[in-house]
Amino acid sequence: MKEFTYVRPAAVIEAVTLRAGRPGSRYLAGGTNLVDLMKIGVEQPDELIDVTGLGMDRIETTLDAGLRIGAAVSNSDLAVHPAVRQDFAALSQAILSGASGQLRNMATVGGNLLQRTRCAYFADISLPCNKRNPGSGCPALAGEHHNHAILGWSEHCVATHPSDMVVALMAYDATVEAHTPSGPVRIPISDFYRPVADTPHLETTLPEHALITGVTVPPAPPASSRYRKVRERASFAFATGSVAAALTVRAGAVHAVRIALGGAASHPWRASTAEAALLGEPATEDSFAKAAAAELAEARPLPHNQYKVALLRDLIVAVLGDLAVEAGA
Amino acid sequence: MGRVEVTLTVNGVRHAIDVDTRMSLLDTVRERLALTGSKKGCDQGQCGACTMLVDGRRVVSCLQLAIAADGREVTTIEGIADRDRLHPVQQAFVDLDGYQCGYCTPGQICSAVAVLQEYSDGWPSAVTAADEPAALDEVEIRERMSGNLCRCGAYAGIVAAVGRAAEA
Ligand SMILES: Cc1cc2nc3c(=O)[nH]c(=O)nc-3n(C[C@H](O)[C@H](O)[C@H](O)COP(=O)(O)OP(=O)(O)OC[C@H]3O[C@@H](n4cnc5c(N)ncnc54)[C@H](O)[C@@H]3O)c2cc1C
Ligand code: SF4
Ligand code: FES
Ligand code: FES
Repeated sequence: MKEFTYVRPAAVIEAVTLRAGRPGSRYLAGGTNLVDLMKIGVEQPDELIDVTGLGMDRIETTLDAGLRIGAAVSNSDLAVHPAVRQDFAALSQAILSGASGQLRNMATVGGNLLQRTRCAYFADISLPCNKRNPGSGCPALAGEHHNHAILGWSEHCVATHPSDMVVALMAYDATVEAHTPSGPVRIPISDFYRPVADTPHLETTLPEHALITGVTVPPAPPASSRYRKVRERASFAFATGSVAAALTVRAGAVHAVRIALGGAASHPWRASTAEAALLGEPATEDSFAKAAAAELAEARPLPHNQYKVALLRDLIVAVLGDLAVEAGA
Repeated sequence: MGRVEVTLTVNGVRHAIDVDTRMSLLDTVRERLALTGSKKGCDQGQCGACTMLVDGRRVVSCLQLAIAADGREVTTIEGIADRDRLHPVQQAFVDLDGYQCGYCTPGQICSAVAVLQEYSDGWPSAVTAADEPAALDEVEIRERMSGNLCRCGAYAGIVAAVGRAAEA
């Protein structure tokens, strides 16, 4: 591992100033992704700026029953918080379905948003990879891609963003709050991840050197919500496909619906086409299947991840079906 | 360039040590404090052999930089027993064959001690139904212990041991 210095600022402004003054520096939160990537040479910072002592560790319920979650809140603390379990069930379930108990104690909300892909080529510095080394090529396209994206990818990169937590945050219309050298910014989560295009190394719209300070979530829709994840073993594995959804049914028809997909696209994916197709339709399996098909009509699977089209379709139908039963439809 | 002094309280004993900023908590405890109970399986957060408690919470110490744990209280497998009296989790592992080669065992036991605490604090797991209080049954134990792999496959004994300790 390359040598680095370590600093532990006490205020947000101080952290941002340090980061802006040192291009080779990185923020360190739980370290579960960054330290891992430093060990294998993918990240080579010359300074780590520890952001766990900046007072960003609180979860507050806002007056309108939304949430404000500090960026350094641990994944465990967020998942077990009573208000989150009660009103934002899919968020609690998404986090609990990710990683392990040990990792969730270390991992933070800010770090989870910015965790890097698990594409094996990205992690091997002896191989080309456009995300790690822009312009070098994408060996996954003709190589190992059975867990890669079927939606929203480009010929420059077909990797997925691996987070479970963010899939739920997408469904709940969260907003990312950050501090830049020139002041605070707020970015709706739907604008936070960039389309891959020909710049897979630029993953978010977060301004340069910005420190994520927290995430706000508006009041939960009056609906039951849930997160369901499919993976290659029963626990402690990344998603091959996942769905976060919330559904409100009135008089047997879909009144409101939110659907987000994980393991499907270059970033956690809001299934807006499916949502639009469902509004006002009967809350039946037939409608759910049509909506899922509409969303996945744009899927472009590669030879080894074609299974994901059927998997995600079935997941969407199953989760909406469960929510409809819960809603008494 | 990267040498710093850290203060760690490990199993109740305070140590001031200078370390390279690159040192993990795992390497620091093993190489500098000669507490070699904690094991290195993968060094990537994937196996749980290095599990320790930091300020009472279980972590994978291979991904924890020592410098970032400055000032914290660390408990390793060497600090789990009450002097000569084994912790109920340790006793249950002995009584119910919770290991074969023993390599994963220190991490399994530290993790299980934390699982019992998380459970008594009312923490749900991914398999906890929203409307029922979870019993620490086999399904819950398997889910909550899934961050600790065992290459010998001693899982049947491990699950039984954690279940027995939960009743103690
Ligand atoms: C074995 C293993 C299995 C896993 N399984 C899953 C899984 O199933 N599902 C899942 O969703 N995740 C999984 N993870 C990933 C885990 O959720 C992430 O590693 C974790 O959320 C990252 O958070 P952190 O605080 O440790 O981030 P760090 O590693 O500290 O940082 C990650 C990145 O975010 C940046 N950063 C951190 N905080 C801020 C901030 N406040 N502002 C700006 N930048 C910041 C850092 O500079 C770095 O680039 C797994 C990880 C491991 C090691
Ligand atoms: S899919 Fe993306 S991350 Fe993987 S090798 Fe291709 S460019 Fe790199
Ligand atoms: S050695 Fe730390 S998790 Fe494997
Ligand atoms: S007892 Fe041998 S690895 Fe678990």
